[in-house]
Amino acid sequence: MASLFHFWSLHASELWTLLGQHVALVVVSTAAAVAVGVPVGIIAARRPRVGAPIAAAASIIQTVPSLALFGFLLPLPLVGGVGARTALVALVLYALLPVIRTTAAGIRSIDSAILEAADAMGMTPRQRLTKVELPLALPAIMAGVRVSAVVGVGTVTIAAASGAGGLGEYIYRGLSMVDATVILAGAVPVAALAMVVDGGLLVIERALSARRPLSRITRVVAAAAAVVAGAAVAIAATPGTERIVVGSKNFTEQVILGELMAQAIERYAALPVDRRLNLGGTFICDRAIQSGDIDLYVEYSGTALTAVFKQPVQRDPSVVLEEVRRLYADSGRSMLMPLGFNNTFAILVRGADARARGLTRLSQLAEYAPGWRAAFGYEFLERPDGFRGLANVYGLRFREQPRVMDLTLVYRALSEGQVDVAAGDATAGLIDALNLSILEDDRQYFPPYDAVPVVHSSTLLRYPEIGAAIARLSGRVTGNVMRRMNYDVDARRLDPAAVVSMFLDSLDRGV
Amino acid sequence: MIAFEGVQFRRGDRQVLCGITLEVHRGETVALVGRSGAGKSTILKLINRMLEPADGRVLVDGRDTRAWHPTVLRRQTGYVLQEVGLFPHMTVAGNVGLVPALANWPQERIDKRTFELLDLVGLPPREFAARWPDQLSGGQRQRVGVARALAADPPVVLMDEPFGALDPITRAELHREFGRIQRQVRKTIVLVTHDMREAFTLADRIGVLDAGVLVECGPRSMLEASTHPTVMTLVESAFN
Repeated sequence: MASLFHFWSLHASELWTLLGQHVALVVVSTAAAVAVGVPVGIIAARRPRVGAPIAAAASIIQTVPSLALFGFLLPLPLVGGVGARTALVALVLYALLPVIRTTAAGIRSIDSAILEAADAMGMTPRQRLTKVELPLALPAIMAGVRVSAVVGVGTVTIAAASGAGGLGEYIYRGLSMVDATVILAGAVPVAALAMVVDGGLLVIERALSARRPLSRITRVVAAAAAVVAGAAVAIAATPGTERIVVGSKNFTEQVILGELMAQAIERYAALPVDRRLNLGGTFICDRAIQSGDIDLYVEYSGTALTAVFKQPVQRDPSVVLEEVRRLYADSGRSMLMPLGFNNTFAILVRGADARARGLTRLSQLAEYAPGWRAAFGYEFLERPDGFRGLANVYGLRFREQPRVMDLTLVYRALSEGQVDVAAGDATAGLIDALNLSILEDDRQYFPPYDAVPVVHSSTLLRYPEIGAAIARLSGRVTGNVMRRMNYDVDARRLDPAAVVSMFLDSLDRGV
Repeated sequence: MIAFEGVQFRRGDRQVLCGITLEVHRGETVALVGRSGAGKSTILKLINRMLEPADGRVLVDGRDTRAWHPTVLRRQTGYVLQEVGLFPHMTVAGNVGLVPALANWPQERIDKRTFELLDLVGLPPREFAARWPDQLSGGQRQRVGVARALAADPPVVLMDEPFGALDPITRAELHREFGRIQRQVRKTIVLVTHDMREAFTLADRIGVLDAGVLVECGPRSMLEASTHPTVMTLVESAFN
């Protein structure tokens, strides 16, 4: 508990920014869902034949797991892309159903005598809608809005995966660092926010169903909502000045490297930086840099060659670097000098198993594999330089189909004995922390994975000082340095920003 | 004021009204009596163009209802329903002042009119104007319904079983009030009821409907002399 408050006090300004983004996303998406859902609900109540398919479509969307929905939307033109836009589209889609349903139900439940009276009074259809039907359906509609907003508070958490910001960033960061404090730092405010939103809207709902002059309350509520929405949008939109946007994939090393890029630019080029760390996998980062949503991130040469450019696997490090540099240059991106370490894949076993069997090389693994279970990250199973080639070269056949796991969970699964072999990163700090052993790639199967910063070329042209700032790091981030920083964050639970800052301090002192 | 000329009305295959011919004079109260489903309410809805005849014509103020704009026609035609249909989200004053508000009267005039009408229907405005419909008894609600129907001073008032849901004592009280109000306002009133005694009490003339046919229409004396079995049964029921 104390560590949680310590974390919050260290990150106070970031916490407020993330909370602001979170609230802004919920407010804007709920408002949009009301703007679309109420008219659709009215149509659904009036003409079931038109309304039923729309409501059915909204129901289907509701059943799609939110992470999958973000995944669908990311690659789409116009609505997709990294950032708040995708998140808003997904959130609005989720928020629609409750609003449509309750609007339609609220309007359908109005006593027919009241509607007959409205007609007999000589109300035009529009007057009947605005003076009778909507006011009477308002409490029901508010109940739907409440459901939408509360669900939205939770769903926005997942939006952090697509770079939309919000408190979900702490949760993702915590998951990738296997640090409960950081997870709670995001989860606790989310839960509190959900309760506040639920309670606040309940008060409004009660006030609306109470017998009071409706028009005045409606006006007050509308004004209050407008103020909140305006403030939230203002908070979300404030970073209007030109900022360099640094991205990263969603694991510890990438977050550290993202932080390293950001601090180097702040320190040596004196430019303001936005951090969009924890974006997701290679695919999302590559798409983000192509679309200009981020200006730079750190890629690995072998990953760029095979996963980004779909080229055949190459084993010579300098050939790979040259090829990747050319491919990036042809497509509007610039590869800078390698940072200095090669994050190849590491096939890992428990240290105890390795010692007991004298297991040090991959060529020895075939002997034990038939009795062992393996776990790999999703990317490793899919890519051409991943599992399939490895199994061929080393003649590996495991006891059962390798399990697919989030990369962050693989080390723990191995150390806890759920599996016996896992593919991890050679620079993972947890390797030392959990006493795991790397098997030597004695048949040279894995291609080189030199860490290289990739920058959008137009950014580099406008701010050549970025190139100079990052060049100061080239060759300085060795495998040892990287493993130690990973260890500091993963095992010692240090803040990535602090770890990077200490490293840069030592570089500046010439250590 | 209101005239039906050979009006037919069908709902699906069912002939609801056949060949209705009826005239209601200015300032007159006509009651339509008959059992449920005889077509009484349909006649009311044909007058304010909530429905249109399949054949024949309905004239209001000498003009075919189909030539009237429905909104204009309805604002000149007060309507009182059995279920009252007060708007639960508006106060008593809001309900009574609704039609004038729809007609864009200035608020001052609406307030003045609302108070006048609440006085007329026997609900002291100071006490009742700010109340909500669910804070009223059945009889009070029906009074508000009458006040609402009279708000924009329409020449015609249609009443669909206005006192049907009330207990006998309240009903008798409202019958007396009806006579008093009608003497003051002199509206052309068409009233639907299944209670012959109510019709005798309130109406100048009574029309008896049987399966969509107007079998008799005239003052009490004429109905009492009638030999039509339906009319005789209804007249008898009034004396039990």
